[in-house]
Amino acid sequence: MSLMAQPSASGRFGEFGGRFVPETLVPACQELEAAFTAAWADPGFRAELDHSLRTYAGRPSILTECNNLGGRLGIRLVMKREDLNHTGSHKINNVLGQALLAKRMGKQRLVAETGAGQHGVATATAAALLGMECKVYMGAVDVERQALNVFRMKLLGSEVEAVQSGSRTLKDAVNEAMRDWVATVESTHYCLGSVMGPHPYPWMVREFHRVIGDEARAQCLELLGDVPDVAVACVGGGSNAIGLFSGFIDDRTRLVGVEPAGGAAVARAQPGVVHGMRSYLMQDEFGQVLEAHSISAGLDYPGVGPEHSYLASIHRAEYPNVTDAEVIDAFQLLSRSEGIIPALEPAHALAWIVRAAPSMQGQTVLMNLSGRGDKDVAQMMDVLKL
Amino acid sequence: MSAEPAGWGRMETEFRAKRAAGRKLLVPYVTGGLPGWQDALRASVAAGADAIEIGIPFSDPVMDGPVIQQASQLALEAGATPVSILHEARSLDVGVPLAVMTYYNTVHHAGHERFAAQLAGAGIVAAIVPDLPLEESGPWCEAADAAGIETVMLAAPTAPDSRLPLIAARARGFLYSVGLLGVTGGRDHLAHTASELVRRLKAITDVPVLVGVGVSNAAQAHEAVQVADGVVQGASVVRRLLDGGAEAVGAYVAQVRRAIDA
Repeated sequence: MSLMAQPSASGRFGEFGGRFVPETLVPACQELEAAFTAAWADPGFRAELDHSLRTYAGRPSILTECNNLGGRLGIRLVMKREDLNHTGSHKINNVLGQALLAKRMGKQRLVAETGAGQHGVATATAAALLGMECKVYMGAVDVERQALNVFRMKLLGSEVEAVQSGSRTLKDAVNEAMRDWVATVESTHYCLGSVMGPHPYPWMVREFHRVIGDEARAQCLELLGDVPDVAVACVGGGSNAIGLFSGFIDDRTRLVGVEPAGGAAVARAQPGVVHGMRSYLMQDEFGQVLEAHSISAGLDYPGVGPEHSYLASIHRAEYPNVTDAEVIDAFQLLSRSEGIIPALEPAHALAWIVRAAPSMQGQTVLMNLSGRGDKDVAQMMDVLKL
Repeated sequence: MSAEPAGWGRMETEFRAKRAAGRKLLVPYVTGGLPGWQDALRASVAAGADAIEIGIPFSDPVMDGPVIQQASQLALEAGATPVSILHEARSLDVGVPLAVMTYYNTVHHAGHERFAAQLAGAGIVAAIVPDLPLEESGPWCEAADAAGIETVMLAAPTAPDSRLPLIAARARGFLYSVGLLGVTGGRDHLAHTASELVRRLKAITDVPVLVGVGVSNAAQAHEAVQVADGVVQGASVVRRLLDGGAEAVGAYVAQVRRAIDA
C-alpha cells in the first residue's frame, strides 16, 4: 500500500489530523467527506476536472531544466513550473476541484482564507468561472503587503475582507473564514487553501494537488530517465509540497519540505490542535498559538498540514528551514541566472537547495516552482532598492 | 436516556433539582483574567446566577464573535494563563457550580489527566470545549469523568436527528443547545432555530437543556426559557464587563433573572 493512502476513518495520518471543529460544522464536514469520496470515484467528475485543468488552468505544467544555476551549484536542477498555471500558482488545481465539488453539492457561495493572496485569487477566479458568489478573508497585514492580489480578487468580482483580529495574518484569516462558515454552512462551501483543517480537507486537497507529482514523475522519467534523487518544495500549510511528494512517496527520492525560519512548525515538533486538526504547531508554554513571521505572507502560518507532521514523524520527509536573507538571495539568484522570477514562497525551496548543494553534488534535484513572483515585486522593490 | 442517577455531578444534580422546583437556570459567562472578572463573577452570583462559565482565553477562538474575541485578547495581553485563572478561581467560594469554557488546545497542551486534575483542584466542576465534537471527545471525557469533571456537550441546529441522542448520552452537567448558525455575539432576534433545537433535544433526553449563542438580552432569554431549561449569557455579559465593569454585569444578570422568572 502507498504511504500516501487514504487517512483513517477518523481522518488520521498516524496520530495527526482529525476533525476538531465546532459541533455546528461536523455535519458539513461529514457531508463534504461523502461528496468528495463519491466525486473522486466518479469518472464523470474526474473528466470534468481534468478538462478544466487542461483547457482553463493550462495543465500539464512543464518541467524546466535550469542548466545555468544547476551548473553553478554542481547539481542537475529541474523545476516543475506551477508558476505557469493560470492565476500564477499551483493553487488553481485545488480550487477548481473544490469549486466543481461545491457546485455538485448545490452550494452557491465560496468562502476562502488567503495569505499571499494566491489562493484567494484562484478562488475568486473559479467563482467567476462557475458563476458563484465569493468572499475572501485576508489578514490586514497581508492586505497591505499584497495589494496587487487584493485588487485582482476585487476585479474578479469577489469581496475581500481585511481581518483585524489577532496577528492579522493567515491564521486569523482562517479563523474568520471558519466563523463565516459556521454561520452560512447551509449555502456555503469553505474552499480551504491548503492540506490543513479538519478531515476531509487535508486528504481532499492532497488529492487535488496529486496532479503535480504525477506529472512531474512522468516528466522526470522522460527527461532524467529516473526519479529525481531529491524533491524539494516550500511548506506553509504544505499543499504544493504534498502534491509534489505524492508522485515520489513510494520511490527512493529524498523528500524535503522547506519552512521559513520564522514559521518552522515541524522543527519544533510540538503537536497542537487548531483550525480543526492535530498537527505540529508553534505555541507557547500554555498552548496559545504563536504568530509566524517571515518575508513571505504565503508561509506565515504557525502550523503545518497533518500529513507533513506524519511524514516528519516517520522520517519519510525532512523539514529544514531557511532565513529571510537566504530567501532574498535565492529570489534574485533565480531571476538572474534563469530569467525566472519566483514567488517568495518557492524561493524558500531554492534557498535550501543553494545551501545544501555542496552535499548533493552530481545529484538530480526537482524543485516545485509553486508560484510566480509578480505579486512580490512591489515588496521586493522596497527590500532590494535596485 | 440519561446518565445513571448516581453518576450525576454537582452541577447536574443541582440543575435537575432546581428544574424540578420550577426554576429556570441562568449561566453567565465571564472571561477569566479580564481585569475585574472575579468581581463580575461575584456580582453575577449575587444577582441570581445558578452557575458560572469561566472563559479561559485562547489565541484563536473560532466559535466566538467580536466581543468575546476582544475580551480574550485583552485578558491574554493582561498576562492571563490557564494556571493563573485557575489559581484565582480557587479562592472564589461563591456557592454555585463553576464551569470553564476553553478551546481544546488548552486541554491538549496541558494533557487530559493533568488538565482535569487542575480543574478539580481549583474547585471547578464542569468543562465546555466547543471545538471538541463528539467523535474527538473520548480521551478527554474519560479523563474528565475520572476526575469528577462534568463535560458539557454542545448540540447544533445542523445535527440530524440520528446524532442528537449520541450527544445527549455523552452530556454531563447540562446540554448546551447552540441557538443559531453562527458564533457568539448579539443578534436582534432570537433565531427560530433556538426553540426548534431545544424541542428536538427535550424530546430525547432529560438532561437539562440550556440555550446559548445568540441569546442577546433579557427579552430573548425570556423567550428561550419558554421551551428550554435555562440560558447561557456570554457576549452580552462580557460586553457589560468591558464597558461598565462588575456593577453593570450585576445589573444585567439581575435583569435577565427577572425576565426568565417572569
